[in-house]
Amino acid sequence: MRAIGFLDEIPPGEGRTFAVDGEMVAVFRLRDGSVRATQAVCPHKGGPLADGQIDLKQVVCPLHLNAWDLSTGCSLSGQPDVAVYPVRIDDNKILLGE
Amino acid sequence: MRPRLVVIGNGMAGARTVEEILARGGDFDITMFGDEPYGNYNRIMLSNVLAGVEDESGIFLNDLSWYADNNITLHTGTRIERIDRHAKRVYCEDGTETPYDKLIIATGSRAFVPPIPGLHRPGRGYHQGVFAFRTLDDTRSMIRYAREHERAVVIGGGLLGLEAARGLQNHLPHVTLIHAAGHLMNAQLNEVAGETLRATIEAKLGIEVVVNGRTTEIQGKHAVTGVKLGDGRVIPCDVVVVAAGIRANAEMAAASGLVVERGIVVDDQMRCQDEDDIYAVGECAQHRGETYGLVAPLWDQAKVLADHVTGVNPYAEYHGSQVATKLKVAGVDVAAMGLQAPERDDDESLTFTEPRKGIYKNVIIRDGRLVGATMVGDVKKVAFLMQAFDRGLALPEERAELMFDLGGPAGEVKVEEMADDEQVCNCNGVSKGAICGVVQGGCKTVTGVMDKTRAGKGCGTCKPLVQRIVEWAAGGEVEEDPAASFYVPGIPMPKPELMNAIRLHSLKSVSAVFATLGGEEDAKSKMGLASLLKMMWGGDYVDERDARFINDRVHANIQRDGTFSVVPQMKGGVTTPAQLRRIAEVAEKHDVPMVKLTGGQRIDLLGIPKEKLPEVWADLDMPSGYAYGKSFRTVKTCVGSDFCRFGVGDSTALGIALEERYQGIEGPGKMKLAVTGCPRNCAEAYVKDLGVVAIDGGKWEIYVGGAAGAHIRKGDLLTTVSTPEEVITLTGRFLQYYRENANWLERTYAFVPRVGIDRVREIVVDDADGIAAALDAAMAASVAAYRDPWKDREEPATPGQFRTSLPLTVLPQVPVRA
Ligand SMILES: Cc1cc2nc3c(=O)[nH]c(=O)nc-3n(C[C@H](O)[C@H](O)[C@H](O)COP(=O)(O)OP(=O)(O)OC[C@H]3O[C@@H](n4cnc5c(N)ncnc54)[C@H](O)[C@@H]3O)c2cc1C
Ligand code: HEM
Ligand code: SF4
Ligand code: SF4
Ligand code: FES
Repeated sequence: MRAIGFLDEIPPGEGRTFAVDGEMVAVFRLRDGSVRATQAVCPHKGGPLADGQIDLKQVVCPLHLNAWDLSTGCSLSGQPDVAVYPVRIDDNKILLGE
Repeated sequence: MRPRLVVIGNGMAGARTVEEILARGGDFDITMFGDEPYGNYNRIMLSNVLAGVEDESGIFLNDLSWYADNNITLHTGTRIERIDRHAKRVYCEDGTETPYDKLIIATGSRAFVPPIPGLHRPGRGYHQGVFAFRTLDDTRSMIRYAREHERAVVIGGGLLGLEAARGLQNHLPHVTLIHAAGHLMNAQLNEVAGETLRATIEAKLGIEVVVNGRTTEIQGKHAVTGVKLGDGRVIPCDVVVVAAGIRANAEMAAASGLVVERGIVVDDQMRCQDEDDIYAVGECAQHRGETYGLVAPLWDQAKVLADHVTGVNPYAEYHGSQVATKLKVAGVDVAAMGLQAPERDDDESLTFTEPRKGIYKNVIIRDGRLVGATMVGDVKKVAFLMQAFDRGLALPEERAELMFDLGGPAGEVKVEEMADDEQVCNCNGVSKGAICGVVQGGCKTVTGVMDKTRAGKGCGTCKPLVQRIVEWAAGGEVEEDPAASFYVPGIPMPKPELMNAIRLHSLKSVSAVFATLGGEEDAKSKMGLASLLKMMWGGDYVDERDARFINDRVHANIQRDGTFSVVPQMKGGVTTPAQLRRIAEVAEKHDVPMVKLTGGQRIDLLGIPKEKLPEVWADLDMPSGYAYGKSFRTVKTCVGSDFCRFGVGDSTALGIALEERYQGIEGPGKMKLAVTGCPRNCAEAYVKDLGVVAIDGGKWEIYVGGAAGAHIRKGDLLTTVSTPEEVITLTGRFLQYYRENANWLERTYAFVPRVGIDRVREIVVDDADGIAAALDAAMAASVAAYRDPWKDREEPATPGQFRTSLPLTVLPQVPVRA
């Protein structure tokens, strides 16, 4: 588990991309206060998932509006699934990994 | 204690309403009273029971165990005599009283029996051999009696009469149908169609038909022996079935003090007039002056009533129903909806007749929408017509396609002939096979399939084809998606209701709307709600940035590689050497990969990384051109009278003035405008959301609802005015009307035909509704609230607003052109 950034870098209901060991991870701050992390690059055609719109369940890629379940990474519109990572908040720090 | 709900009438509407209430988790102590001795059965199927194609036992919808399982106390064979509205009690014939907190009246209607001498026997009901056709008991006794007799006369040549006549043939050899009007089914069909139907009924079924037949007497001392007509003719018979229409069962309600006209008068929530706790539903109800005699409207009514009485959606409104009828007589296909004949001079009417085969087809089109259709003898196209009629769909340019399945390349592709791997949606690459797969997987709504496959979600041109494939794959079992009428998918309300609710609760942010009206937040609804709230509240709107699409968060259009395009404002497409020089310098300084002229007459700098946007804006120091939002985009102009030798109006000056005033205004969809200096139309004003054309004599024509994207449509002429000032005012008024009334992402090319150009003109030009001043004021407020978003670049609006989302990709990914 490691700290990759701070919660207040992400406005409520939005996502931001963080670099972790040469990998890119999109972290989303849900409006219920919890966070989710997925791979940053859309498996469809490489769109930036962190720029997508979210709710408590899904993220919608801004390029072609495909959607993925934020908790499981399962595609909701017939695309390949995305990787999801365990993530939590500890005192404003974003902690990624088990 | 749970509130007590009492339902009077255990027919199709009463039972369905209770089902809808239960489905919404309604927590009531429910008691139902029904005059008939059974649970709820499917009255429609009585025709089939009479015709012997359906068994009695197969028509029950709710058997007695259903009532028990749902803890409903059912009193069958019990008639309610009176309601005491003040004491909140209902009384049975035997005086038993039952208290209620909420009351639903669903007493339906009964056969209308004209005052013909001899129909009744004093004090003993109908004469021996005379029957009405309404209930299961009617049907049973009719069948029993008919079996032992020879000749029947059916009085009434409407739907019910025809079905009764056909059914009786199953039990006795001779049937005559007597109809008072000049042609059969005169409530639904015009004369030619009615005549075609008569010929088929006589030739194919062998039923004798008498039109213009006024029955003056039923003859026979102990039992019926004949029917006498106005012209003196006597038709010998031993069975008479009266199917001359229906009357609402509203007397009990009237006697109890409720407002009754032709039915029990209800409001848009199905509440009885001036009553808080009494509702009426089904054929006994009169809504906005209409009573209905078919089941489809009562399904809609039941939903609204249930939404309201359970509090699930107190804003639910019933707006009346478009009814379509189908005759259920095997071998005789008849379907009818809407108008029987054109009413206005500019209604389009198409007719095809082939009398030898008993075929008659007619469709009536007004302002591009189907307003009436009649099909006799061939109803292959009915499913499509019903949908087009019900939802106001756009109609094929090749009008004959409304009546026939045309083969060949010009017509519609035949779904069954398409290969499985044929691409249907060219934007998202979805094949016919993929769509069918999802349908077979159990998804049977068109929107559901579109969501799952993304078919039809690009430019939208393939939507009608997607719809036909879904219908074909589902084998006619396409389910209506109630969400189709919602403004956004996540809040179950059409736009007017949603706006009412937002105003009522003063909901000023997207999260407040979800919390109060929707329950769950929905990503796909946020952008539409943000646009609506901003339009409604202007400066008081609480802007939550996550409700915006990325383009609106960073005021630029996202590109395929995650970079953005920057299009500075260039009002009316007019620029200056200084401006060009500045743009050139910025492009050089930032190594902009591509500089491109747009279709909207401006200059696009493509491939700008997100984090450089504020810097580029600062270097440009020009206002945003809004080439990214669902908003007022640009006003395309031609050079007009200043330079063009054909020009009759100063199109550039007017274009600039329009853009100056309405720049950046948000709406349900993009708004692209144009002003052209003469009818040669160099600026393509006929195909814009709003296009202005200068014509000789110093006048200006205003066209609305045009498009030349994936969908191509010439705009409709709204009006012709004499001054640029009038153009500016009417433009604002039209755009505001569009902003307030269009569905999310509904462009003007769909909105204008949906509302109808005549209606738009009434409101915007003639001010028939008296709302022009309010529209103008609302638009003026939006105009005053304008602020160039590119000015907000010193401080990010949110942390990391311009932070890159793809930090490790080498940008740009798009080819750089030297
Ligand atoms: C033969 C036939 C064929 C039809 N075919 C079609 C068709 O193809 N398509 C179509 O759309 N429609 C058809 N209809 C019409 C359709 O059946 C009606 O629109 C529908 O049944 C109306 O439902 P309702 O609940 O309003 O009335 P009903 O179903 O009539 O129910 C009202 C009930 O209330 C009871 N009641 C009345 N007064 C009282 C009282 N004071 N106390 C207690 N109980 C009372 C009645 O006995 C009745 O059981 C057909 C009707 C008939 C008769
Ligand atoms: C993501 C995809 C799209 C991008 C990035 C895009 C971008 C643009 C841009 C930047 C302009 C110039 C606008 C201006 O100058 O204000 C433009 C104009 C235009 N676009 Fe698109 N567009 C897209 C999709 C579409 C689609 C799907 C259609 C057709 C349905 C379309 C039809 C047009 C037309 C007709 C114009 C010319 C407008 C005019 O002359 O006023 N665009 N587009
Ligand atoms: S810019 Fe070209 S490629 Fe992109 S949507 Fe428009 S037409 Fe298609
Ligand atoms: S539309 Fe008419 S006025 Fe404008 S440039 Fe063309 S020819 Fe000239
Ligand atoms: S790149 Fe994400 S949906 Fe196409």
